[in-house]
Amino acid sequence: MSARALVLVALVLAQQAGGADMPLEQRRSGAEFMSAETRAMQEDEAANPATLWLLDGESLWVRKAGRADVSCATCHGDASKSMRGVAARYPAYDTSAARPIDLEQRINACRTGAQQAEPFAFESRDLLALTTYVARQSRGMPITIRENATLAPFIERGRMAFSRRQGQLNMSCAQCHDANWGRKLGGNPIPQAHPTGYPLYRLEWQSVGSLQRRLRNCLAGVRAEAPPYGAPDLVDLELYLMWRARGMPLETPAVRP
Amino acid sequence: MTRAVITVPPHPRRGQVIEIRTLVGHPMETGYRHDNFGRPIPRNIITRFVCTYNGAEICRADFFPAISANPLFTFTTVATESGTLEFTWTGDNDFAHTMSVPIAVE
Repeated sequence: MSARALVLVALVLAQQAGGADMPLEQRRSGAEFMSAETRAMQEDEAANPATLWLLDGESLWVRKAGRADVSCATCHGDASKSMRGVAARYPAYDTSAARPIDLEQRINACRTGAQQAEPFAFESRDLLALTTYVARQSRGMPITIRENATLAPFIERGRMAFSRRQGQLNMSCAQCHDANWGRKLGGNPIPQAHPTGYPLYRLEWQSVGSLQRRLRNCLAGVRAEAPPYGAPDLVDLELYLMWRARGMPLETPAVRP
Repeated sequence: MTRAVITVPPHPRRGQVIEIRTLVGHPMETGYRHDNFGRPIPRNIITRFVCTYNGAEICRADFFPAISANPLFTFTTVATESGTLEFTWTGDNDFAHTMSVPIAVE
């Protein structure tokens, strides 16, 4: 057995032992596990169905709402400048919530705070459209979650959730996405679970969906009880996954099978 | 509100074969599904797509329940003259959406 193969075996064993994060150079975006046709659909805005949500988001950005009668653009101006790089650092710590919040929650905080309007429902068309539009401004930029003193405990909680066995199938996220990525599950390749393209258009959903929808899907898949949308457990997991994908370019709006 | 994205080559030459891509937002509910209470979800699809080039019909397609939501429909034509391409989608529940795109042939 060559030295390289030995190192590989050691790596695999280390991963199966649990707790170890994936080596940075080993990471692959979910796009690399897709067919050439689906990748082409993601790259071409004229064929990427998420473009329809982007257009909605663009018009929502300038639409006045709430008792304050202000639009996103009233405070933030041109999204292509003010929102550039923002999605790459979310979930981010929010002082009033005293914990990290994700981009959807940040947008709803603006809805209820600055606009004095009703918050959008999770997974509603409007929230997905606006989130997609905001995140689109960071397409191609590297994810910049830093494990600083404020975020570290929440990242750690997400890491624990990622490696905790749960559900009737008694499986952890890490068993598929750390230890068995690249292999097949029900005929489909198992990706490494890097949330580089959310909100994204999933062909199976025939719609744009959030990372929380995807996480709840996986939890239902292992027959676990999924926390409700916006639950701290889900945001911690989102935060850990974004930290795990730090440095990888954002692909929003991505297309996935 | 219905959204559509049309892609036409910006400056085609006269006689050139051009590819036209149309993406339209629509749920394309098949009519074969049931909701959580077992009640059938009524069919709601686009049934017909028509494209006219300066008033003359150049492409017509019937859509059926097996076509995905937000269908992307691509076809080719010959760029004969400058003018307007008009796209019309019609379907269940009186769905109708029309969009016009100018074309400048060199």
